[in-house]
Amino acid sequence: MRQDDLYINKIDWISIAIYSVLVIIGWINIYAAVYDDQSVKSIFDFSINSGKQLVWIGTAILLITVIMVADYRLFENLALPLYILFLGFLLITPFFGKEINGQRAWFEIGSFRLQPAEFAKFATALALAKFMERPMFDLSQIKYQVQALVIILLPVAFIMLQPDTGTAMVYSAFFVMLYREGMPQWYYVFGLSFVAVTLLSLGIDNNLYLAIAVGVIILFLILIGKKKIPRIIGLVGIGILIVGYSYSIDYVVSKLPEHQQNRVMVLFNPNIDPLGVGWNVTQSKIAIGSGGFFGKGYLEGTQTKFDFVPEQHTDFIFCTLGEEFGWMGSLVVIVLFSGLLIRLVMLAERQKNRFSRIYGYCVISILLFHFMINIAMTIGLFPVVGIPLPFFSYGGSSLWSFTILLFIFIKLDSHRIQLLSRIG
Amino acid sequence: MNEQRPITIIIVIIIIGVVLLTKLFLIQVVDDSFLKKAESNAIQRVVDHPYRGLVYDRTGKILVYNYPIFDLMVIPREFQVGDTTRFCEIFKISKEYLVETYTAARKYSSVKPSPLIKQISTTDFARIQDFLIDYPGLFVMTRSVRSYPQASASNALGYIGEISSKQLERDSSKYYRQGDYVGLSGIEGFYENDLRGVKGVKYKLVNVRGVDKGSFKDGEFDTASVAGKNLISTIDLELQEYGEKLMAGKRGSVVAIEPKTGEVLAMISAPTYDPNLLTGALFGNNYMDLNRDESKPLFNRPIMAMYPPGSIFKIVQSLVGLQMGVLTPNTTYSCNRSLVACHNHPSPVNLFGAIRNSCNPYYHQAYRAMINREVSSNTFKDTELGLNAWRESVLKFGLGSSLGIDLKNEKGGSIPSSVLYDRIYGEGRWKYSTIYSLSIGQGEMLVTPLQMANLAAIFANKGYYYPPHMIKAIDGDPNKIPEEFRTRKDVGVDAHHFDLIQDAMAEAIYGTAARAAIPDITIAGKTGTAQNPQGEDHSVFIAFAPKENPQIAIAVYVENAGWGGRAAASTASLMIEMYIRREVKRLALEEYVLVGKFM
Repeated sequence: MRQDDLYINKIDWISIAIYSVLVIIGWINIYAAVYDDQSVKSIFDFSINSGKQLVWIGTAILLITVIMVADYRLFENLALPLYILFLGFLLITPFFGKEINGQRAWFEIGSFRLQPAEFAKFATALALAKFMERPMFDLSQIKYQVQALVIILLPVAFIMLQPDTGTAMVYSAFFVMLYREGMPQWYYVFGLSFVAVTLLSLGIDNNLYLAIAVGVIILFLILIGKKKIPRIIGLVGIGILIVGYSYSIDYVVSKLPEHQQNRVMVLFNPNIDPLGVGWNVTQSKIAIGSGGFFGKGYLEGTQTKFDFVPEQHTDFIFCTLGEEFGWMGSLVVIVLFSGLLIRLVMLAERQKNRFSRIYGYCVISILLFHFMINIAMTIGLFPVVGIPLPFFSYGGSSLWSFTILLFIFIKLDSHRIQLLSRIG
Repeated sequence: MNEQRPITIIIVIIIIGVVLLTKLFLIQVVDDSFLKKAESNAIQRVVDHPYRGLVYDRTGKILVYNYPIFDLMVIPREFQVGDTTRFCEIFKISKEYLVETYTAARKYSSVKPSPLIKQISTTDFARIQDFLIDYPGLFVMTRSVRSYPQASASNALGYIGEISSKQLERDSSKYYRQGDYVGLSGIEGFYENDLRGVKGVKYKLVNVRGVDKGSFKDGEFDTASVAGKNLISTIDLELQEYGEKLMAGKRGSVVAIEPKTGEVLAMISAPTYDPNLLTGALFGNNYMDLNRDESKPLFNRPIMAMYPPGSIFKIVQSLVGLQMGVLTPNTTYSCNRSLVACHNHPSPVNLFGAIRNSCNPYYHQAYRAMINREVSSNTFKDTELGLNAWRESVLKFGLGSSLGIDLKNEKGGSIPSSVLYDRIYGEGRWKYSTIYSLSIGQGEMLVTPLQMANLAAIFANKGYYYPPHMIKAIDGDPNKIPEEFRTRKDVGVDAHHFDLIQDAMAEAIYGTAARAAIPDITIAGKTGTAQNPQGEDHSVFIAFAPKENPQIAIAVYVENAGWGGRAAASTASLMIEMYIRREVKRLALEEYVLVGKFM
């Protein structure tokens, strides 16, 4: 009895509160997204998506209950079997999955559909935590870096078979966790520069300008630096590499499948084809942009209501919020997300047990990536990739997987004392 | 290890949040172009076109009404044609047309509707209606076009057509938009502002497919359209149609006026055309054809053709002379054919005899007396003063400038003043012998058939007229027609002078126009012959009847039909009989006119 009191008191109610608020705001917005002025249905009506989402929310609460009453040791023990199980699911999905929009990403059991790739995230997170908790595991060594990467890349490879580029990209988020766990810093400097050069190459019409800019910077570095020949050669070499890479990107992009190529190009100039490829981004920006400071009012949005924005109840759910609640609504949601993430960092840092901390950072990584990329794509800061906004977007697989992901960590956190004693 | 890294991660989270919020602030609060785009996206400004006013004849029969036509619209993104051959069969279009139109629509927008087939008739629409359900992405838009059930009075009614860019520029009120229809001629043109009504605007919410999703803010900003006003025309449709029948196959004009009111009972321009040709889908082609037609069916002769008045002008001369005191009923001149040609009749004649016999030398001498009044010792100066004084009197008869009828493009004819002769011959270099042709209605003098009919009305009224007009009531209210049509105009000749004129005109029927006589109806008339240097003279006749209580004044022009006593007098007489008796019993005369071999 005493121990139960202890356990309940250790649950982080702040995270749960933020989670609950986000889920409820999401549900309200799903209703707004499917609301039809001319045939008004109740938010609870099961024939529309807000009613169905209520079912997903109810079942999510059931999942939470199961997670919270389960033995905390279960997750660590199940880490590897779960990982292998979901790898297996991922492997067979392209063959047995139902084809939707050119992807075989869904399993269909009766009228019930499941997206294994969503659930593979928490399984991968558990597997990473399990592998990396070993005391000798040191990310400054190549051997362990490769181990971690293999765990991450296996599901990515399988997901690419479906192919679901958006979900596959999510796995790159684990680099946030790896960073915390001691991955060498220069990887990130290099990686971010790489991303920057890539984006600049695509964004600037004529790569000559980029080449000139790189040349000028190199020249500047040579002039202010000590004029040692090897150093100059090195810098010039880097310059040539950057420029060469920049030129080769255009070639690579031209080899991408057309819809991905278009998604990339539209990021830089949605106006190239506002009625075609640029439609999603253009309409999404119009919807959000027309919200103003306070928004048009709940259920008063015209852009999302009249189907100008595609996928508005799933990946583009943020449009409904932006249009109807304006910048204030955006502010509330972004502050809630940032607050939850910061709170999770704090929780992760108070773990005395490496498994819990690594798993916590995995949760942070995935939520941060989804949150950042999803909103960024709706406002034209990032190409359109089909990933949902956590807790917000309509869909059982998405809500369940994020709920499981988060609540395993909250469960682990609530047992941080026992986990410590176990290790101790 | 890595103690600073959690802090870095928190900072990154905060930076991401700030970047997203900043970008959101920029597009949501700072940049208001998205709001406008959203409005143009979802708020459709739909112009509610009012029903154009209808036109009735004076007995309440409909002359012009609107009937619906249908435009088949396509939304390319949703359109699924399936079997193209079947589709083309159902909608009666060629494959090439389908491909061409669809491609153009797709190019314009894949989500917004474009017309696929324009102006489908009601019968065609009824046929295709049931098939529409098989083809997603198709819907029908209704518009209305003008229709003329009687196919009569086409030139008087006029037509409507798409507004030209020039008219758009001139439209200072900014009422019209590209593609609007406006009255371009006739009554449609003159009463455009009454007929068009007031456009309404509805702000509708539409979804991405352009489907109506209700009104914007419950119609707070909507304005309802106001239907155009209905017009009651002065035209007597039965008389009009009879006149058109008589004039079929000929060139010329018939204008009939109710003398007491100036209401135009019939206005026939021959040859005419079916006004239904200038509506709907084939407007463009038909208009080109009519415009190219050598017989000029679009030329509204009664108000646009100008001829020398000929002998009929002698009546005006008589009246002006009587009022001036130059002539009295007893003034006698000999028929001196050395002055000007004439035909055989007793000589000398008094005024009555001069009108009855249409004596040219009489008017040559009478006109000299009117012009050369010896006000100035200089004969040139004297002529100039005399001409201008005379002209003032003549203008009061509604000659020399347009009467202001409520139709577009009315011509005014001309009565020369000294200015004209000064220009032709030089100042002080012309005298009566230069201008004497005017005495018998020839020379530098032009009138329209409408002005001639108005003269008949003046003679019937003994000295006044109401400007002729085509519309007697707007929205059922006779007081809404323009003020000038309700204002009596006096010609400045005392009424008693007309007694002799009317008697002489009634006599003249038995002299020069025996065919015009109708048993039991006293017709007062005057024949004329408008000289035509290009060919046969034009046959002219004016008349009013019954003489005791005039109900109709009429002018008839039949081009190239020679002397006025035959074609024009016969036609006028039949028209009078039709109007007064509502039936024509003189079938032999009718046959004579219908056959039209007047020469």
